[in-house]
Amino acid sequence: MLEIKNLSASVGGKTILKGINLTMKPGEVHAIMGPNGSGKSTLAQVLAGRDSYVIEGGEVSFLGKDLLDMSPEDRACEGIFLAFQYPVEIPGVSNSYFLRSALNAMKKYRGEPAVDAMDFLAMVKEKARLVHMDEALINRAVNEGFSGGEKKRNEIFQMAVLDPKLAILDETDSGLDIDALKIVAEGVNALRRPDRAVLVITHYQRLLDYIVPDFVHVLADGRIIKSGDKNLAIELEAKGYGWLDDLVAAR
Amino acid sequence: MTTANDTIEELANREYKYGFTTDIESDQFPPGLSEEVVRLLSAKKEEPEWMLEWRLRAYRHWLTLSDPEWANVHYPPIDFQDISYYSAPRQKGDGPQSLDEVDPKLLEMYEKLGIPLAERAMLAGVAVDAVFDSVSVATTYKEKLSEIGIIFCSFSEAVREHPELVKKYLGSVVPYTDNYFGALNSAVFSDGSFVYIPKGVRCPMELSTYFRINASKTGQFERTLIIAEAGATVSYLEGCTAPMRDENQLHAAIVELIAHDDATIKYSTIQNWYPGDHEGKGGIYNFVTKRGKCQGKNSKISWTQVETGSAITWKYPSCILLGDNSVGEFYSVALTNHYQQADTGTKMIHIGKNTRSTIVSKGISAGRGQNTYRGMVKILAGADGARNYSQCDSLLLGDQCGAHTFPYIEVKNPTAKMEHEASTSKIGEDQIFYCKARGLSTEDAVSMIVNGFCKEVFRELPMEFAVEAQKLLSVSLEGSVG
Repeated sequence: MLEIKNLSASVGGKTILKGINLTMKPGEVHAIMGPNGSGKSTLAQVLAGRDSYVIEGGEVSFLGKDLLDMSPEDRACEGIFLAFQYPVEIPGVSNSYFLRSALNAMKKYRGEPAVDAMDFLAMVKEKARLVHMDEALINRAVNEGFSGGEKKRNEIFQMAVLDPKLAILDETDSGLDIDALKIVAEGVNALRRPDRAVLVITHYQRLLDYIVPDFVHVLADGRIIKSGDKNLAIELEAKGYGWLDDLVAAR
Repeated sequence: MTTANDTIEELANREYKYGFTTDIESDQFPPGLSEEVVRLLSAKKEEPEWMLEWRLRAYRHWLTLSDPEWANVHYPPIDFQDISYYSAPRQKGDGPQSLDEVDPKLLEMYEKLGIPLAERAMLAGVAVDAVFDSVSVATTYKEKLSEIGIIFCSFSEAVREHPELVKKYLGSVVPYTDNYFGALNSAVFSDGSFVYIPKGVRCPMELSTYFRINASKTGQFERTLIIAEAGATVSYLEGCTAPMRDENQLHAAIVELIAHDDATIKYSTIQNWYPGDHEGKGGIYNFVTKRGKCQGKNSKISWTQVETGSAITWKYPSCILLGDNSVGEFYSVALTNHYQQADTGTKMIHIGKNTRSTIVSKGISAGRGQNTYRGMVKILAGADGARNYSQCDSLLLGDQCGAHTFPYIEVKNPTAKMEHEASTSKIGEDQIFYCKARGLSTEDAVSMIVNGFCKEVFRELPMEFAVEAQKLLSVSLEGSVG
């Protein structure tokens, strides 16, 4: 589904990603862990198409198409969803209007008819229940005045509505207390499907207690230096990132 | 950033859609201003002596004034001798008696503008008075309205047919001594609209004026006078466009509103005068004095404006809250793109007891636009229990534009309650990227963010115009994001 080959990227002249290789298949959940500054969020932003990053080399194909050649909106329409680390507020624009516009933009891209307002309302309510989001938030302005937990839950809610093929969760656990973390994780688990891949980016292992990954990759200094199963996360948690310094140095 | 800027450039260079001219034979004064011109103008309009006298007093007063310099706008001195003070489509004999007699080319132009002058207006529930250059061309639904005692006609007609009302109210809210451009208008105003709603009557349709400057080197100086008697209610809308021309054209209008006991006047403006090209060449100087007087108790005057056009906008629709419990409102969206400048806001003068005012101003600056909010809230000593709420928000798109806020507050009564909120924000790359990551194009993202920003104002507009305002804003802004 997603194939990243030797991807490198820079921002402001500084190389952040230095040759990433990663392959994901439908239904798989991959976790990327790493210390601060290792390039985790950069990878998420580059995959979503943020233009402040310059692609220095490598290839990314998504469902057989050249991802790097597409605009951010086309990537979204192709089925990539990024749950933001810092969701943005859009005052005066209701969540439901925002989502309906987004969904219709995607439908238009795929040559499908726009969603009927009543059908949309029913669907949105169902998805809100699925991810345990307060229905009142649907009609509030996008993220405006939302608590940290509500913002993160809103990201998962948007993911549920937009129904992506690949979801990238960028430090969705940051700033959440354990209860909020559990709710968000439950939402994600409810959306796991055999035809959907999930890339979980996190600094801490605790999120992976709730969203159990099939594969764990450790990112350090812009490279994946170790890959394994869920036990790698546990080992990492026990030994700390310092454990990997030798691996980084060895390169 | 670079790609976003490129898109902005591209979008900012969209053509002004209303920039066509209409080839109509017109009866036009040569440029120049003098007492003689004022007399000629008055004679041309077959005005009574008192009207001429009033104009002349205004003209003589104007000569003693100088161009105001306090506003945060910059332009070369205006040569008032280079402007023609009268331009009218040439008519055969007397004025048109019905729409059938109006020049078909004029009607065609209104069609192009999407302003249905003919019976279609009925469907929209809008009665239109269209002012083309200097004269009022036709007023629709006049007869229907007159059945319930409403007078809706051109200003010239009001001077002829209802002199007692014009004499009583003309200059009662904006005296000719008020300000430089107000004095000029009082001397040379050529036409405009007149509305009178009798006691207890609720006007059954939206009344509307459509202004258009067509002739080159002309100024447009219209006056609007609206009187709502006790218990009357009226909603009025004005729209404006002008053709694209290289030189600047002056538009100096006056609007006076008078609301008696329990009367409500709602005045909405969608101003889309030609803003000049992307290098700041040409465009309308929109120097307008608008003021309403809440004369009676429990009266209400509400101004809503969407200002997207003009090279320079200079206007402060204001409310004098004289009657006890009267209410003044000002809802404004002002957008400046390219080299446009706007210095706009309101004055709320609280005189009566328990008077209330609300100010919501949304300024959007893009390109090299400069946007200034200037507002005054004045609570006089006798205004016990007066309340004001002001909110001024500025939105910046790009890094070469400016937003400025000058709130003046003067309180002489200790029981007054004042609230003032202000914010300045920038449409961030973050917001746009967030929208794009959800599948929306840059254009749709900007349009959505800006419309969200203006929501509190748009919801004050009559439904059909709210839709128009949103579209206008999107068109004026498309791509102007960095």
